[in-house]
Amino acid sequence: MGTEAAGELGATVRELREAYEGGRTRSVAWRQAQLRGLLRLLREEEAAAFQALHRDLGKHYAEAYRDEVGVLIKSTNGALQQLGKWMAPERVWVPLIAWPATAQVVPEPLGVVLVFSCWNVPLGLSLEPLIGAIAAGNAVALKPSELSPCTAKFLADNIGKYMDASAVKVVQGGPEVGEQLMEHRWDKVLFTGSPRIARAVMAAASRHLTPVALELGGKCPCIFDGDAMASARDVQVSVNRIIAGKWSSCAGQACIAIDYVLVEERFAPVLIKVLKSTLKRFFPEADHMARIVNERHFKRLSRLLKDKDVAPSVLHGGAMDANNLYIEPTILLNPPLDSAIMTEEIFGPLLPIITVKKIEDSIAFVKAMPKPLAVYAFTRDAALRRRIVDETSSGSVTFNDAVVQYAIDGLPFGGVGQSGFGQYHGKYSFDMFSHKKAVMKRGYLVELSLRYPPWDESKVTLMRYLYRFNYFAFVLSFLGLRR
Amino acid sequence: MRIVSRSRKREVSNQTNSPIHPAIRRAACGGRRLPPYIKGLLRLAARCPRRSYPHRTPPPTHPSARPLPSVASCLLRELHRPRPLAMAEEVVRELRASFAAERTRPAEWRAAQLRALVKMVDEKEADISAALHEDLAKPHMESYLHEISLVKASCQFAIKGLNSWMKPEKIPAAITTFPSSAQIVAEPLGVVLIISAWNYPFILSIDPVIGAIAAGNAVVLKPSEIAPATSKMLAKLLPEYVDSSCIKVVEGGVPETTDLLEQRWDKIFYTGNGTVGRIVMAAAAKHLTPVALELGGKCPVVVDSNVDLHVTAKRIAVGKWGCNNGQACIAPDYIITTKSFAPQLVDSLKRVLTRFYGEDPLQSADLSRIVNSKHFQRLTDLIEEKKVADKIVYGGQTDEKRLKIAPTVLLDVPRDTALMTAEIFGPLLPIVTVEKIEECFDLINSKTKPLAAYLFTKNKKLQEDFVANISTGGMLINDIALHLANPYIPFGGVGESGMGSYHGKFGFDCFSHKKGVLIRGFGGEATARYPPYTVEKQKILRGLINGSFIALILALLGFPREKR
Repeated sequence: MGTEAAGELGATVRELREAYEGGRTRSVAWRQAQLRGLLRLLREEEAAAFQALHRDLGKHYAEAYRDEVGVLIKSTNGALQQLGKWMAPERVWVPLIAWPATAQVVPEPLGVVLVFSCWNVPLGLSLEPLIGAIAAGNAVALKPSELSPCTAKFLADNIGKYMDASAVKVVQGGPEVGEQLMEHRWDKVLFTGSPRIARAVMAAASRHLTPVALELGGKCPCIFDGDAMASARDVQVSVNRIIAGKWSSCAGQACIAIDYVLVEERFAPVLIKVLKSTLKRFFPEADHMARIVNERHFKRLSRLLKDKDVAPSVLHGGAMDANNLYIEPTILLNPPLDSAIMTEEIFGPLLPIITVKKIEDSIAFVKAMPKPLAVYAFTRDAALRRRIVDETSSGSVTFNDAVVQYAIDGLPFGGVGQSGFGQYHGKYSFDMFSHKKAVMKRGYLVELSLRYPPWDESKVTLMRYLYRFNYFAFVLSFLGLRR
Repeated sequence: MRIVSRSRKREVSNQTNSPIHPAIRRAACGGRRLPPYIKGLLRLAARCPRRSYPHRTPPPTHPSARPLPSVASCLLRELHRPRPLAMAEEVVRELRASFAAERTRPAEWRAAQLRALVKMVDEKEADISAALHEDLAKPHMESYLHEISLVKASCQFAIKGLNSWMKPEKIPAAITTFPSSAQIVAEPLGVVLIISAWNYPFILSIDPVIGAIAAGNAVVLKPSEIAPATSKMLAKLLPEYVDSSCIKVVEGGVPETTDLLEQRWDKIFYTGNGTVGRIVMAAAAKHLTPVALELGGKCPVVVDSNVDLHVTAKRIAVGKWGCNNGQACIAPDYIITTKSFAPQLVDSLKRVLTRFYGEDPLQSADLSRIVNSKHFQRLTDLIEEKKVADKIVYGGQTDEKRLKIAPTVLLDVPRDTALMTAEIFGPLLPIVTVEKIEECFDLINSKTKPLAAYLFTKNKKLQEDFVANISTGGMLINDIALHLANPYIPFGGVGESGMGSYHGKFGFDCFSHKKGVLIRGFGGEATARYPPYTVEKQKILRGLINGSFIALILALLGFPREKR
């Protein structure tokens, strides 16, 4: 990267810092105005957004609305409604020992924050954090992924039009721009993407002691408990939702998409049968599913599939169209567990089905893998649900559905262990970009001399009573009635 | 590790042309192969001092700029150390096994450990107090007031709160996913590392451990080697009381810490300074481990002229010198007051100090000593600087043999001196004067964000402005340091003073993962979600996502009808 471009970046960062230090981002009015601007952007530029998403990923506009635009409108509305409540200082208790005093927790903006978003949900993963960062009163730099260039351009073109252009900026560019950005000091960095880059981001952030939140992925398992289905309808509904959580979530290119299915041996044939028939019904034409983002990922996925140990396990699909970067919905049965498809995150329209003897074995299977971003399970068995929640660890758990937890504001969204850390969505987004400042106020009324040196044993004794909250003995002792 | 000797400073400033410190480069080229993240750190260490900060004014004073050479030298020494060590690895393996066996999960186990800590504090108060006295000559009352009793209170608070903290939190279900129920479940992170500091070696070790245990984690505690007696005491006492298959103490200095940092942890909690904080975070990045860093900073005290002078002086004095003789991360670092009020404040401080510590404070048993000769040297250098020495209005006596420094008040020290740019962390208290008290905002905001900020005033408007305009970890009005003892507010820094908070339930949260759990029924199947997509489906979906009841009813009735 040339020094000129680096200088330009420096100027952008400086402008953001000035905008923040000028203080206007702190006011409620500013925050509301930005959120309303975002809402207008989403409404007025909807068609352009759909088009950008279609160009980048071949996303059908219905999917684009369901997973990105629609969810964003809902989140922005939610933030606008709740903003006052989020911003209000929270009154908290004070132990009697400090009486008379009051204490509160005051949320304050962190400052200038940086959001790295990802290409698979390029609008959602850019704007969802932006909502929180603005609601919390920060100046924001947004770096969309260069792998979804049309959406990046869409954001760069429109954000300035609808929002305060000097406090919310879009920086376009590739890895070298990302690296340059990390040279600067930020007050928080949110990164969505792969663990490899996340490590570099966190290491760079340590230089400025910048707190980071990392939203990574992982192999999200889906446990299908055929035994605990009440009827054929249950199976059909489950399969519908599995398909929605796999192929109709950006063709499986989503961090919370289902990665593989665990099922008891005896139910595998039923599941596969219903999966096949439903796939046929859901995707009569190719354009109802997104395409693979680029050639590199297409090659990666085809390598996964063409592995000589894996190829024989393909049960359904497997067709590939390199020209249109399209891979047919593909089902595999029991590919070897040490093959790349079962050790790496798939991030594409390939669904391995792994059979287990008993459905309870699936818990051990999930536990043996790194912690995923989400665990899904289809079951009516409450005991199994309890066990899954208690024994496995993951960013979130969803029963009898997939991916929809993303749309629920009340639930924190974020990983644990290898799937990252830091949570957002709804109030959690606001908290992610706020510092909770503890504020305590005391009066001058009561002054206990025993707080002050020179110290002797009698003061220690008095203190003991105080800390034991034995106020009666304290008063007696204070008055000299008790030793 | 806070100290930078003068000679080293010079060494660094001489090599401005080379991006990497020559000694480091020699080691890197001539020696063995370095782990890549250490290489990165070295490069970073060499680069940092010359980075400028366009937005915050004084670049050379930025904390990242100062003490890095000493870090580099620590790392260097580290790289040349023969490594027999598999100890850290062994410890982690054992704890992982205990955690995987779910020993730490049951509420009973957690409560039992916390009760054992209370028992330890009750039974071994004398031992703890003696260790603290050996390390810091800490007066018994201070040890009791700030460390022992607070640990106990903190344990009891956690025992009381444990069940309600562990209970899953019910979340109102959204229309979008009707019918469904949702909750947030707190689960332990796993095996965590706690590295504590030397200034409050007991409470800063045990308090985070309380949070980690309450949250159901297995814990390794690394007490500071700079307070060796307390470190030894902890290593001996803890296994006597708590479950030593899940809670371990590892003693040691830089080499042991480095080995620990190379392991994979589920959280690292570090208390100390920003330089090491950076190293901890960079090491954590390797395993994507979240960190909490409890650092320090220059904590300002703003004194308005309308205060109860005597009470104010007493509270400042006890908050500064009564807290480990100023060696506390939340101790007042400097005072800002008006020019006209300063003489009265100084007089009052003098009177109070004489009453507290007598005519010869070096002989007072109620004052802690400086932790070691390195820090003693650093502090005496600060006041012996030419521009500073004549600003002393009270105190200034030192006793090198016993590592004692008397409470020292300085007036109008030039703002470009080390005393006014570095964190003091000792018994020196400079007073900065301004024309109008409102100037304090710009002064404080021109520095990095401190861990605490204090204000003495009866003026409600000034209090409000202070809360609104000063960014700091915590804030206390009309008193010093007392907010630390309130378990209902979070304790932790922001910006240069760190990240992450603890105390009370915040400590539990610090070591928990909040897992969102959504349970949906099989009813309420909205075909509008699924492909093939049609215009009618789109309409219903719009309503559903925005929480419209009509859309919900339509969707539940199965609209739009599917052709089979």
